[in-house]
Amino acid sequence: MSKLPKPAELAKVSYNNPATDWMDTPVEFKPGMYCHGSKPKSLEIVGFPNPRDWRPADADWKLPENWKEILIEGIADRLKKYRSFRLFMDICVRCGACADKCHFFIGTGDPKNMPVLRAELIRSVYRKEFTTAGKILGRMAGARDLTLDVLKEWWYYFYQCTECRRCSVFCPYGIDQAEITIIGRELLNLLGLNIEWIAGPVSNCYMKGNHLGLEPHTIVGNLEYMLDDIETVTGKRIKPSFNRKGAEILFVTPSGDLFADPGTYTCMGYLMLFEELGLDYTWSTYASEGGNFGFFTSNEMGKRLNSKIYAEAKRLGVKWILGGECGHMWRVLSQYMDTWNGPADFLEVPKSPITGTVFENAKSMKMVHIAEFTADLIKNNKLKLDPKRNDHLTVTWHDSCNVSRGMGMLEEPRYVLRNVVNNFVEMPEDTIREKTFCCGSGTGLNASEDMELRMKGGFPRANAAKFVHEHYGVNMLANVCAIDRATLKPLMDYWVPGVNVCGLHELVANAMIMKGEKERTTDLRGEPLPNVQAKEEKA
Amino acid sequence: MKAIVSFVAVLLLVAIGYMGGSAGSTSRFLFGVVAPYSAFAIFVVFMIVRILKWASSPVPFRIPTTAGQQKTLPWIKDSKIENPSSVFGVVIRMALEVLVFRSLFRNLKTQLHEGGRLAYGEAKWLWMAGLAFHYSFAIILFRHLRFFLEKVPYPIQLVESLDSFLQIGAPLLYLTDVALLGAVTYLFIRRVALPQVKYISLIADYFPLFLIFAIGATGVLMRYFTKTDIVGVKTLAMGLISFNPAVPETIGAMFYTHVFLLSVLFAYFPFSKLVHMGGVFMSPTRNMANTSREKRHINPWNYPVHVHTYEEYENDFRDKMKEAGLPVEKE
Amino acid sequence: MTLKEELKEKKSAIVQKWIDAALASYHKDAQGALRQTKAQFTNPAGFNLAQGLDGLFDALLEGVITDSVATFLDMTVRLRAVQDFAPSEALAFLIRIKQIVRDELGRERLDAPGVRTDLAAFDAAADDLMLYAFDLYMQCREKIYDIKAQEARSQTYRLLQKAQSIADKE
Repeated sequence: MSKLPKPAELAKVSYNNPATDWMDTPVEFKPGMYCHGSKPKSLEIVGFPNPRDWRPADADWKLPENWKEILIEGIADRLKKYRSFRLFMDICVRCGACADKCHFFIGTGDPKNMPVLRAELIRSVYRKEFTTAGKILGRMAGARDLTLDVLKEWWYYFYQCTECRRCSVFCPYGIDQAEITIIGRELLNLLGLNIEWIAGPVSNCYMKGNHLGLEPHTIVGNLEYMLDDIETVTGKRIKPSFNRKGAEILFVTPSGDLFADPGTYTCMGYLMLFEELGLDYTWSTYASEGGNFGFFTSNEMGKRLNSKIYAEAKRLGVKWILGGECGHMWRVLSQYMDTWNGPADFLEVPKSPITGTVFENAKSMKMVHIAEFTADLIKNNKLKLDPKRNDHLTVTWHDSCNVSRGMGMLEEPRYVLRNVVNNFVEMPEDTIREKTFCCGSGTGLNASEDMELRMKGGFPRANAAKFVHEHYGVNMLANVCAIDRATLKPLMDYWVPGVNVCGLHELVANAMIMKGEKERTTDLRGEPLPNVQAKEEKA
Repeated sequence: MKAIVSFVAVLLLVAIGYMGGSAGSTSRFLFGVVAPYSAFAIFVVFMIVRILKWASSPVPFRIPTTAGQQKTLPWIKDSKIENPSSVFGVVIRMALEVLVFRSLFRNLKTQLHEGGRLAYGEAKWLWMAGLAFHYSFAIILFRHLRFFLEKVPYPIQLVESLDSFLQIGAPLLYLTDVALLGAVTYLFIRRVALPQVKYISLIADYFPLFLIFAIGATGVLMRYFTKTDIVGVKTLAMGLISFNPAVPETIGAMFYTHVFLLSVLFAYFPFSKLVHMGGVFMSPTRNMANTSREKRHINPWNYPVHVHTYEEYENDFRDKMKEAGLPVEKE
Repeated sequence: MTLKEELKEKKSAIVQKWIDAALASYHKDAQGALRQTKAQFTNPAGFNLAQGLDGLFDALLEGVITDSVATFLDMTVRLRAVQDFAPSEALAFLIRIKQIVRDELGRERLDAPGVRTDLAAFDAAADDLMLYAFDLYMQCREKIYDIKAQEARSQTYRLLQKAQSIADKE
């Protein structure tokens, strides 16, 4: 309560007031702005250093004695390994073009959330340790010592960045804060400074094949429930196969789709689509995770988790791999997987068995995004669609950061969307496609304890959604990302009540007329279809 | 405060240059010959060192920032420049980035789109001042080649006449002189006037601005006001270029100040943020084609990692798998 | 000229000061960005604050605070409810309007006949506004807790469903 500003203080507002320099402003851990620290067990399982019980707000982080040395060596090592890192440490001119492009800065007003300053947190230490000017001139050259306060600042702010790459679109040198955050988090992990919301899923995924820690029989069981629901809606019983050798296609999707609503409706959409096509495909319980929280930990951990996908494809002897709707999963698959765990020369170039289309663009990594796959189906008239079934929805499209700025998949989902719904409205131009705003909860920040951070970070996205909600009656925010599906819902609940969230293939499945289905009266969520509603009203 | 430190540092340099130029012939030799030679050597050597250092770190992953539609199905129009899938696309993307500051322009477009005024016009000014600054600097450097060449070639003459097409004053006013000083002034003002830019600014951000302003100012003073012995300057320049340096007695101290400041800039260059001039060409988010799915990108330090194999997984869950009716490798 | 007319005339200056008062609780060096109030989509924080206060001031001039201010109040309070302010600090800027109006009118005008009564009405409206804001602020906070609970529920829904079906079978 003591923070109440006095009127006199308020009157003094002035741009020119000298503020404390950012280097002199130590980090303050504010509740709702950070996640719980990693638990020792989660680190032990994957062999990460310094497993121990610790709490971010505690003064003592129980660090190894030579923590500074470890970090400096870690930086040196990464400067040698990554040109991006080395270059981005040197070439920033601090023009400020990126400053107001970050959703976290817009939502928090905290200057250290400006991408340029987030990068300076590490750059200042780089100058001190790795440049002659910094060693001699110190603060004059923008250099500072690596202290415990600095380390805490790193932790706080590198876990307030979702690696969405929006800043990098606007930077005249293409400096990508995601790269710097990735490396910053790698460094923190050298000291066991992860968050449990990432470390837990990572250890789960390592041992059990997916982030949620679903064991093989649970995966089968969960899908059974969806199959029940599908039967209720369509009258058709689907029998998917698991871990089946000799299938043509391996299907991998984020495990969130198997478990939590509304991802499960998207998952039901996949099941129905594949059934309708008669696709020769299999699920895997071993490679049951498309997402990769390892990528939010370290390059090595990302690779360790990702290895399962090719390994399983090889073991099962499939021809190629189809991937479900996910954002960061596709950043990893599209820009990292083949490099990490390729060459996948035991697979064939993906070819749609339905249309015969060969996906030349995935010639080497052999994996196709389901939005690409479905767009091709629709283009070739392979699906019978009744978009009127989605007439109760006015849909807008949220471009997920990773598929937009780390892949460039912008038109495929839109093409699908236009064919399965009649009412599609775009959000304002500067908030979509390559300029899309993040959900504010990516990169493993979708815990509950940092809800305030998420609500602030997602504010620019919600604000755009609110605009189309108010002006065009948009009531559904569709996307191709499991984290979006899980986190945009609460975001909408807070900012734009009345807007729901769904995956693309939920809408596809709702519109798709299946062979031999009964007359549908509800959508996948069990809500009455618009024509049924109308009938009921007449009666 | 940071701006003041930089300002004082540059003033000091001006004073040193001026005193050096006014002292005896040894001093003039030092400032007119030794300084430019060594500065140029430092520039070349350390710029190469810097670039080699960057180049020595590999690019382990193909990480272009994709700012447009990818190349996928033939009937979906891909964005060949913003999300290039060919070398040609990358070349155009880089050319736009380097020649017209494409990404900064995107910034401007975003802000204009929302019809903002006030600080929103700022994006436009930043982009324009950036362009004006870099192009003026380049043209001015090019014009200066006339001092190093016995006979002034046609391209330089052409640039000179274009640059002074307004035909104002005698000697004719060069537009680039005005543009350079104006742009540098603007870039300085925005640094102190925009709170968030001021907050992120370091001494190293103000120093080059003051330094370049001082170089421009001394140049302008010499050309339009104090008058300098051009013949002497040319003799000196020709001497420098032919490695047979001679220091004419007739050149004023202002000239030495100009040359000294320029020498400082060249020597400072490889150790400062100004290396972005070279760095921009090497930025992996801009200079790579988005072809990671089509062609395997090789990471030279890719190493084997511990994985949890299917066998281990089945060992952990065999009974549960069998119970759920899942096929297993080993019964 | 009535007080209302006078304040209407001075509206833009007053609202600007009100925005400043709200921004004063942010870090000084972030204010520049937040002060940009035209960019509805790329800088929604500044835009919403400005639009909201503009609307609220009109309502204060009418002297009646009803549910109709909800939209404008929402634009100014909802973001602050999740930013790291103490509740008092989050809402303090709203009552600053009283002082801002007085400063803008100047001492002489304040003593003018009639102004004092009109001003009392204005103050009363401002107080009402504060009460509305308090309600909204609490709604926002409760919503956050509600969302956290919801999230936990939706994450375990399938588990519960499963547990239920096991129970049914038994």
